[in-house]
Amino acid sequence: MGSLDTLRLTAREAKKLLVDGEVSAAELTKAYLDQIAAVEDRVHAYILVTADNAAKYSTKVDREMQAMRGPLAGLPIAVKDNMVTEGVTTTCASRILHNYMPVYTATAVRQLWDDHVVMLGKTNLDEFAMGSSTENSGVQTTRNPWDLATVPGGSSGGSAAAVAAGEALWALGSDTGGSIRQPAALCGIVGMKPTYGAVSRYGLVAFASSLDQIGPLARSVYDCALLLQHIVGKDPRDATSVALPAPIELPTAARLDGVRVGIPREYLATGIEPGVRARFDETAARVEELGGRCLEVSLPHTEYALPAYYIIAPAEASANLARFDGVRYGHRTADADDLITMYERTRGEGFGPEVKRRIMIGTYALSAGYYDAYYGRAQRVRTLVRRDFESVFEEVDLVASPTSPTVAFRAGSRTDDPLAMYMSDICTIPVNLAGLPAISIPCGLSDGLPVGFQLIGPAFSENRILGAAHALEAAIGFELAPSLRDSSAGPAGAGAPDGEASGPAGGGQR
Amino acid sequence: MIGEDDVRYVARLARLHLEQDEMQRMTGELGKILAHIDKMSELDTDAVLPTAHVLDVVDVTRPDRVEEGLPRAEALRNAPAVTDDSFRVPRMG
Repeated sequence: MGSLDTLRLTAREAKKLLVDGEVSAAELTKAYLDQIAAVEDRVHAYILVTADNAAKYSTKVDREMQAMRGPLAGLPIAVKDNMVTEGVTTTCASRILHNYMPVYTATAVRQLWDDHVVMLGKTNLDEFAMGSSTENSGVQTTRNPWDLATVPGGSSGGSAAAVAAGEALWALGSDTGGSIRQPAALCGIVGMKPTYGAVSRYGLVAFASSLDQIGPLARSVYDCALLLQHIVGKDPRDATSVALPAPIELPTAARLDGVRVGIPREYLATGIEPGVRARFDETAARVEELGGRCLEVSLPHTEYALPAYYIIAPAEASANLARFDGVRYGHRTADADDLITMYERTRGEGFGPEVKRRIMIGTYALSAGYYDAYYGRAQRVRTLVRRDFESVFEEVDLVASPTSPTVAFRAGSRTDDPLAMYMSDICTIPVNLAGLPAISIPCGLSDGLPVGFQLIGPAFSENRILGAAHALEAAIGFELAPSLRDSSAGPAGAGAPDGEASGPAGGGQR
Repeated sequence: MIGEDDVRYVARLARLHLEQDEMQRMTGELGKILAHIDKMSELDTDAVLPTAHVLDVVDVTRPDRVEEGLPRAEALRNAPAVTDDSFRVPRMG
């Protein structure tokens, strides 16, 4: 085996190396564990590296090759730490779940384990996936591999940074308002949010149940499609999951002949950095070079999407997070003699500031006298946002926008202003409200930092999106080459990742 | 405009203890966030039906089959306090 360049290797290439016998699953896994050992003290992408489990399991895959042969067997993956994994702690980056040991495994993860994918560990996130920079993590601050002084985006910032830094071949994330696409954009990789219902949410710790969706983060559009193929499907344990009308195809398109791409004027109207705008315009020009057609379209209720989201998501969160009460699992305060005080103090001690803010907004919006003015109205606005997309998709096949209005911002620059942080997701939030699939692909650099190009399609148009993104990706020729430099003078990062899971013997993959 | 009394009341509803300094900060932050959210009131939504859920699926059913449940010991494994094979909590106030 030659040395594996984990910064560049795609899953497609890794799979070929495995099939051709050029590399073993154990060697492949070791390459990622070595890269983790080399850079993790600067990136802080993982909350938990399950090194021993991964090494053991990859050896087993090699040994039982005949029985374990399958399209993904032996390929290592990182999993966002809000998906429960039996025998491997799942914290949601929250103090309230710091010691939580799941007794079951999320369906999406279970499907990959059944395919003999090797889990490398659990990645950092904004606490309960609430945030856009991973700075709301109660465990550690993840750094962007392109510049350690900047954030990786969020909330799937650990997954995105791990893939960008060569610490994972690919990863699972979850996207409620942009939490896969925005960190993928800021870290220069590909991230996809599938249509709502395409991937089971069973075992995904619920943030906003009508918006949450699990999806892939990877180094190429092809890899994204390959991973997506293996996590979609109807799950009896998630009544909102549905069977896709057609299987996910591995993309081959090189042209965009006849594809009509709508560019919503509202998305370009405000707050898009000049460097991001320039890369976006160049990429739109490539659409035309490849035979597609760009048309200006209008999504008139765009400016109301963010306010509606910041009622609907917190309202659902305030209900979902009621279960963290110190009774059945997680943290319990040492300082309470009666039940109500126990609830209140447990939650006060266990939740961080952003989670508290959202619980408060949500509770307020659902409280007597305010329900219609806030929650009821937000749901009606949600209908208007959906209708905007429906009517645009009568004229065009796909909608394109920048994924994030800015490139990666400096750590600490938005933490004191919740609204400024919320604005990070202005181009991604409407997609979740409408339940649509969308992808972010890297389309160049601005100030040395990656810019993301977002393609949105109608419900269940994953194959159309993946095909177009694949053709554009080849034309763009983006080179993933994060420098791991630190543009700030001081030392970066805080805290080191924990050690091996302290679970019972045989926890995790067996 | 939301005041500190409102914040205290909502925190009570949410079973969320906030320290005094958190209470003050939260009052200011919620005020700003809600002011932004009030932008929605520019729209006339009276004739619009609400969307609670984007998928066109209702009344999902599955076969009513008895399956193995979670063993009691497993269910109790993460509990902060256990007594007589049950979750133990402090007395009601």
